Parts: sequence; structure tokens; C-alpha cells
Amino acid sequence: MKPAGSTDPLPAIIDKGGLQVLIDALIGGGFTVIAPRLTDGVIALDTITSVDHLPAGATDEQEAGYYRVHDGGGGRLFDYATTPQGWKRYLYPPEERLWQAKREGAGFAIVEERAPVPRYAFLGVRACDLRAIGILDAVFDHGRSAEPRYVARRDQALIIGVNCTRAGSTCFCTSMGTGPAVGTGADLVLTEFGDDAAPALLVEARSPAGRKVFARLGGRQAAAEDIEAADAAVAKAATMVTRHMATDAAAILKRNLEHREWAKVAQRCLGCANCTLVCPTCFCGSVEDTTDLTGATAARWRRWDSCFTSDFSYIHGGSIRRSGASRYRQWMTHKLSHWWQQFGSSGCVGCGRCITWCPVGIDITEQVRRIKDSEGGPH
Amino acid sequence: MNVNDAIGRSLAGNPVFASLSEPHKELIAGCASLKVFQAGDIIYREGQPADQFYLIRHGRVGLETYVPGRAPIIVDTLREGDPVGWSWLIPPYRTHFDARALELTRVIEFDAACLRRKMEEDQAFGFAVYQRMTPIIASRLAAARRQMIDLYGRPNERGVAWR
Amino acid sequence: MAVTATLPETMVPRPYLVDRVTADVSDTFTLVLKPQYGTEQFAFRPGQFNMLYLYGVGEVPISISGDPNDPQRLVHTVRALGTVTAAMQKLKRGSVVGVRGPFGSSWPIDQAEGADIVIIAGGVGLAPLRPAIYAILARRERYGRFVILYGARSPKDILFSRQLERWRSRLDTFVDVTVDRATGAWHGNVGVVTGLIGHGGFDADHTVAMICGPELMIRYGVLTLIDRGVRTNNIYVSMERNMKCAVGFCGHCQWGGNFVCRDGPVFSFDQIADIFQVREL
Repeated sequence: MKPAGSTDPLPAIIDKGGLQVLIDALIGGGFTVIAPRLTDGVIALDTITSVDHLPAGATDEQEAGYYRVHDGGGGRLFDYATTPQGWKRYLYPPEERLWQAKREGAGFAIVEERAPVPRYAFLGVRACDLRAIGILDAVFDHGRSAEPRYVARRDQALIIGVNCTRAGSTCFCTSMGTGPAVGTGADLVLTEFGDDAAPALLVEARSPAGRKVFARLGGRQAAAEDIEAADAAVAKAATMVTRHMATDAAAILKRNLEHREWAKVAQRCLGCANCTLVCPTCFCGSVEDTTDLTGATAARWRRWDSCFTSDFSYIHGGSIRRSGASRYRQWMTHKLSHWWQQFGSSGCVGCGRCITWCPVGIDITEQVRRIKDSEGGPH
Repeated sequence: MNVNDAIGRSLAGNPVFASLSEPHKELIAGCASLKVFQAGDIIYREGQPADQFYLIRHGRVGLETYVPGRAPIIVDTLREGDPVGWSWLIPPYRTHFDARALELTRVIEFDAACLRRKMEEDQAFGFAVYQRMTPIIASRLAAARRQMIDLYGRPNERGVAWR
Repeated sequence: MAVTATLPETMVPRPYLVDRVTADVSDTFTLVLKPQYGTEQFAFRPGQFNMLYLYGVGEVPISISGDPNDPQRLVHTVRALGTVTAAMQKLKRGSVVGVRGPFGSSWPIDQAEGADIVIIAGGVGLAPLRPAIYAILARRERYGRFVILYGARSPKDILFSRQLERWRSRLDTFVDVTVDRATGAWHGNVGVVTGLIGHGGFDADHTVAMICGPELMIRYGVLTLIDRGVRTNNIYVSMERNMKCAVGFCGHCQWGGNFVCRDGPVFSFDQIADIFQVREL
């Protein structure tokens, strides 16, 4: 756990009631609160207004191509690993109209979208997902261009992280250096620890905005043993991580753009694009122009797209990536290798979603290991 | 300038044969003479015995084929420095295309039988000639295959090789 | 107060009027555009492209083919190959086209000063190189030998043929043209464009080469230049990928670690040597 900065207040201990105070304060402050919520048999992100909307007692079981939610019966609010999707959809919606145009004489006039930018409070952001938001920041807001919608949503968002005290079997954050403890970028950070029936929440304020909310929370000041217990719970999560990404994945893939493993994995890959849809950092989108039937108005839409579709790389006459092997290679080499060239980091945060939600259980860590092992030499 | 001087100079400046040793240049020059074709002259016809071989000193030569009812189809054009014909080197020593001078064209003409005999007798010389002629053959084959791909054609209508 | 976000100019098409349409060769045509409102000059660097939008039809990336020293006229040369470009072929004077841009990297016009220049173009690939030719001819004295090599499908497919002839007639510019197929009526060269390289008479060691055309032609062009001794950091190519957003967000035009819309379309060969021969990347 990060030591509190000099201006940060000492951590506080709150209970479920204290969390409701937090939610109320956020809603009162004009935020739409998004948090994990049990929906259709999965713990998914949704709008909440009450602490009772959090999936108390729920745990999840994740394996390659496998996901189940169990009712553990306890009172823990954050006793599960990753939600099927991350926070990307709130900052970068799956479908968005960029502008409309009206026919005007021989030409057209652009009508810009003027919808107010939503103000989100993200409650329960895991370490890996917070890192994913940091990666999206680099994608949509960098020196050369900034995507104003993303930037506006992001600027307004308040982030309440939660340290993981349990790891799922598809998690590999420790080898990516992204978890289980929440890193920089959160306004508040929670750690759930102690008694299973009535756990405590340790709250840390990590930003000016976070301190403002923190001041209204009440609760009691955390004692040294509280901090120790919370730290131990997070440390235990780290030991539960069983999957690991090869540390030199970027270099391994860069020198193996031609490798028989691409064709082999393509025999299993269905090209369904699940991995790109659940990935918290995949940002590719299509740009589509539409008109109404009369032709009086036209619109430009941006929709999430996937490098697994064959027309993704279409240029006149055909697609560049005709084979499934080349499309799988594109996804994985982009994520783990070419991302460094583009944004100075890996595009993978070790959340494991692509493993869990792959219908045939393809494991990105295993794929890298196979290529690495084929190279021989010490490893 | 006498004929032998002109041949010697042309060989010395020829991109294909300049690198031959002096004795080998003398061997090859021993089978050579100078010749001029007027624009439109047929240098040789498709299917004939390849008894001659040419180096262009000046001018341009088209390699053509003939399909009844159509204008001659030009498959390649050759110019200063280029060899005209390699069929003389490879059995059955028969030409594959028509060669036509596209403009006033000055060439060195080689007696193919003379060259082949010398190459047989002096195999180091023979090897030196092969070394210089095979890259020409290979690059013309590669170029022909690329032309066949029709890479500037409309993407959906290109030949089978492209799709 | 509610916060709203305004899209930057790079994401919204600006209306331009079609001033002139010229049919070039069979399926290729040139559009001359001017702003529908105002008198904005369109500054761009040779090799850059715009996104051209046709109301209700769609948007396509098209290289600018005009003269960078004449920013009053925005010129694009388009080959009708898809739905949007086929619809563009039907545009008339007074039609409206949306324009976003200019985007992307450019030919190394300034860096190449003092060097011999070899331009190798194939098919409609001459269009993205024409601004470079204009720019070089505008200050011809700053360059060494200037060689333009052009390959086309057949004599009737030669793009900008009158301009090629005009450039050829200059005493300070070497222009050579070849076609893949021809009949006896054609008096020019037949053969692949790389076959012209050996006759260019440039000083390989001090040559900057710029290549644009079908990717296969670019590959052979690069290899032939390297064989001739041109340095790899002096060989520039213009690549074509699926540009959609043109500002590096949508990901469609990725080629290895590059966004072709932003890091390209013009690359020095050194930048891309490690991925150049990888298929389906």
C-alpha cells in the first residue's frame, strides 16, 4: 500500500453505512455512481444509488473460457476479481454519434453534438483497471491530438479504487506490475479486510478531490493494526496470482512476427472478438456514416471495432489481414509489443479478461510462453 | 575509328560485359561485328535458329509477339547496353520473340556458333559468359512474371496470380 | 454548469465546392476544390492526404495531388474503386465535398536539398508524388540530377501524360515511362518500372528516392534501389492502409507499431525495414 502523502489525511475506517454516506455524497455532488452490481448472473458495472446494490457476499470463479458467480453468504462487498468489462465503456462508449449534418442546397451543414458530458464516479476500480484508464489516457490524450469527449469525461470522473484482496485464476497483474494494490490515479482507495460477516473498509484519500469527499465520510481514524491487516490482505492476493506473463513479451513478439504458433492458435481462435471487447484498453473503433431514408440528415458514428474482423484492414480490393493467424497476431503483438512504440507502455494490464471470456480458452500468457519456449535458450 | 576499336570500346563500356577479363574480351570480340538497323527493321523472328546475339550500342529494340488480327504485342523494350536475345545460349538455340528496331539502332552482332564453340573450348571463358548472362535471364523472367500480375489493374479484376 | 465537448477541426469535415472535374485515365479523375465559405488557403506538405466526405455516402482518404505553392486550389486525384470514389466520379462543378485534413507525414523535400532525386511512381501512385515534383521543380537549382520514373498498365493508362511530356522536355529533368503491355502503336518502353532504374544516371550514394504505387511495386523498387547502392535512410515510400479517423484513434491503419495516418503515409525505409516484408501485417 502506498504511504499517504504529507497532505493526505490518515486513512479512516468505515463500514457499510459509511460507504452509503460516500455514495450519497457523490450523488449529492452531481456524480452518477458506477459500481459492480450483480446483473444477469454476472458481476457487471452499472449505475448504483445504494450500498445495497453492491454484490454483498458474491464471489466469482474464473478460468480460461469459464465464469461463474457464487454466493459466499458473507458481507464482503468486493470479494471477487474483475467484472466482465472494465470502465472503458463509460469513458469511451461502445457507440457514439460524433456529429450530424443537414442537407443544405447542394451541400451540407454540420450540427455538432451538444449533449452534456456525464460526470461519473467510478466506485470499485481495481488496480489493473485503473492502470487501463491510464493507458486509455495516453491513447486519447497525447501531444499530437486529443479526443475531446474522452478528455472531458475523464476530467470530470472521480475514481474510487479498491485494492484486491483476492485474485482470480486468470489474473496476472503481478507480472505486469499493475496490481493487486491500486497505483496512482485514484482519488480514494478502499481496502476491505477483517471479519467475513461484517468486514471493515480502510479508506485513503489520494487527491484533492478525494480529500474533499473523504472529509465528509466520518468513520474512525485507522489504527496501525488496521493498516497492517489491510496490507496483509492485499499481500495475500498477490500470492494467489497463478498466471504470469513473460517479462520480455514485447521483445519476444517483435522478433517472432513470423512463427508457426500464429497459425496454430488461429486453428482454435474463432475470431469472435470477445477478447477485444472485454479488454479494458482495446480502443479501435470504426467510423461510419449514415443517412436517414430521406437523405435530409446524415450522421457520423463511432463504434467499437475489432481487429479480429476481416474488413478491419480493408483497402480497395481486399483486406490486408486475410488469415485468422494474421488477425490474432495483430491483436497480440499490438497489445504486448507495438503498444510500446505507440504509447511507451504495454497495452496489457494483466486483468485476465481475454482469458476468461475467450470461448475456447486461449490464454495470452500461454501463447507468449509457447513462442518464448520455441526459441530455446535459458528461461 | 576502326571496327575493332569500336567493338572494344563498346565492350569496355557495356554494363554486362565490361567486367570480363581482357583475354576474354578479346575472345568475345573475335566473334563480333558492327551492324546498324533502321527503325522498323526486324532483327530476328520468333522461332528461328538463334544464330546471332546482339548488344545495343545505341537505339532501342522491342521484343514482340504476333497474334493474328491484332497489332503486334510488345512484351519488353531494350536499350543501350542491353543484350538482345539469350536463346543462343540455351538449347535448342531458338528465338522466342520477334525483335524489332524501334529506332535507328547500332549494335554489336555476335556469331552465336562462334561464341558457343569458344565457350566449349575454354570453359573458364564459358563460365564467365554464363555468369554475366544468367542474371539477365533471371531478371527478365522476374519482370515478365510481375507484368503478368497486372499490378496496376483494378484490384478485383486482376489476374489469378494477384488474388 | 453542464460541460460539453467540442470536436476539433480535424474530426469534422469542412464543405468545399468542386470547381473543376477532369477525367484523367479510364477510372481516374481529378477534383479541384475551393472552400464553400470564405477564402481559406489550404496549406499542406507534399505527400499528405485529406479525408474527403461525400454527404450521405461516406469518407475516403485521398492524397493531395496539387501544387503546394498554389494553396488556392485544393487538388485531389481519385481512382474510382469503391462506393465512395465511384460516387465522387459523378461530381460536377458546384457539387459539395467535405474535407478534413491535411494529415500525415510528407516527402523529404527540404532534407533532400543538394542530393540527386529519383521519383518512382506506378499507376495512380504518381498523384501523391506530383506535389513533390512541383515543389522540386519550383526550386530546381537546389537539387542535383532529377529523375522521374513512371510505370503504368498500358499507354492509355498513363496518368498526367501531358505533364510528364512537359517535364520530359525540360533540360534539367529526366523522365522515363514504361508500360506493362502495349501494342506496336506505342513507341515507348515496355517492361517493369524497376527496369528503368538502371538507366536513370543518378549518383546512388547521394540520391534521395521517393516511391509510390502498388505495394508490390514499392517492394521491388526498394530492393532495386538498394542493389544500386542507394542508402536505406534515403529511400522514402508512401504506404496505403485503411485510414478511417485519420487522427490515430480508430486503429484501422496500424502497420506494426505505426499508425499510417499519423506516422505515415510517407516513411523512410529505415523506419519500416523490420516490418516491410512481413505479410498480412
